[in-house]
Amino acid sequence: MPLLDRTARSFLLLEILSGMAITLRYFFKRKATLNYPYEKNAISPRFKGEHALRRYPNGEERCIACKLCEAICPAQAITIEAEPRDDGSRRTTRYDIDMTKCIYCGLCEEACPVDAIVEGPNFEFATETREELLYDKQKLLDNGDRWEPELAKRLELDAPYR
Amino acid sequence: MATGFFATDFGILILTLLKALALIVPLLIGVAYLTYAERKVLAAVQLRRGPNVTGPFGLWQPFADAIKMLFKETIIPDGSNRYLFLFAPVITFGLAIIAWAVIPVNDHWAIANINVGMLYLFAISSLGVYGVIIAGWASNSKFAFLGAMRSAAQMVSYEVSIGLVILSVLVCTGSLNLNAIVLAQRNIWFAIPLLPMLVVFFISGLAETNRAPFDLPEGESEIVAGFFVEYSAMSFALFFLGEYANMILMSGMTTILFLGGWLSPIPFIPFTWVPGPIWFILKVAVCLFVFLWVRATLPRFRYDQLMQLGWKVFLPLSLGWLVLTASALEIFGWLPHA
Repeated sequence: MPLLDRTARSFLLLEILSGMAITLRYFFKRKATLNYPYEKNAISPRFKGEHALRRYPNGEERCIACKLCEAICPAQAITIEAEPRDDGSRRTTRYDIDMTKCIYCGLCEEACPVDAIVEGPNFEFATETREELLYDKQKLLDNGDRWEPELAKRLELDAPYR
Repeated sequence: MATGFFATDFGILILTLLKALALIVPLLIGVAYLTYAERKVLAAVQLRRGPNVTGPFGLWQPFADAIKMLFKETIIPDGSNRYLFLFAPVITFGLAIIAWAVIPVNDHWAIANINVGMLYLFAISSLGVYGVIIAGWASNSKFAFLGAMRSAAQMVSYEVSIGLVILSVLVCTGSLNLNAIVLAQRNIWFAIPLLPMLVVFFISGLAETNRAPFDLPEGESEIVAGFFVEYSAMSFALFFLGEYANMILMSGMTTILFLGGWLSPIPFIPFTWVPGPIWFILKVAVCLFVFLWVRATLPRFRYDQLMQLGWKVFLPLSLGWLVLTASALEIFGWLPHA
């Protein structure tokens, strides 16, 4: 009997037909693909994108040149040089991130005691040349100014979990 | 119907050329859009979107592909047989187009309504294997050669069962004329009394056109691209177009032999007003969808399974069904022209 059963199944193509029924069902299902440049996925407040250096509301830059980020960076992508400023406060004279080295691990952000260096929500910063990806302090501060409303909101949303 | 200029010899020539053009242009557009349809269907089954950037819904994608192919370099490998190498894709593509000469898309709408139409089709589709073999041989490459060998054995094996299936249709119609075969299905499509043969024919058609799950001659995962590994640019495009034109041809043959050609599936008034070619195209489209649907569903056969299916299952099955059909016709006195 099992032989007859098996033969009937294979001659009536039952297994193939049930497989084809499944693919037909999938054919009419909703597509899983996002229509990317026009449609984007929601991203978490913890998303680790392009870096930015933040400022205090009075315009003073947050970074105090403690170099913890430089020390922790596993890819050694951060280079910092610092000098006391005229008013006696300690500030960076150079803050470079080589974005081609960066592995977006977020350790710099975690190490920072004053929430100065953060990774923002922006992931669309591809460039045509390699040089454009060697960010300097000015570029990072500009990023901070540009994304500040979102950066502040992200930090606030993530604060309960830190 | 032909009077005046179109009755002269030269006029007939011009008329035939125009007819051929009227068939080939829609056919080539159909081939182009079949590649698009395939990508869309496979994408949909895999929950992807498929090409949707070039033009509305990606509808210009086939033309973008064609332009890309035209501007690429044709590479002719060292050690290949130059003339055969360039001739092989022409054979494949040419044969896929030539076969359409006898396909009727409406009552007596065929370029050549010849009495041996079915035999002609069968002969042309058997010749198709030459393009593949010559390509594999002339490329002077291991993979191409393996692909060609596989293809030769496969196409020869499945032609046997295709031939027997066609015979069982022919004993029902008593004519090799494709027009007569379709008209014999006015009362009932052969898909109903000969359903098992339709299935055997369709599956053999998959093998004959080297389509999944019988795409061993291409065998992406083991022999790269099979017989056309060495081809590039337009010579590759011709193989590609030939494969798709063959798919359309196979669907056309299925439509004519089993699905009643241009006849309306619902034989009363509002549906019989729809012109025949529309029904023909719809039926071919349904067959083509099944081609793509099968590709999206089934994995590739192993080579011994392929041979076993061809020789140990389809051959006895179609032979038995042919005997059965002939006996039934004889016993009940339904033989045509009896």
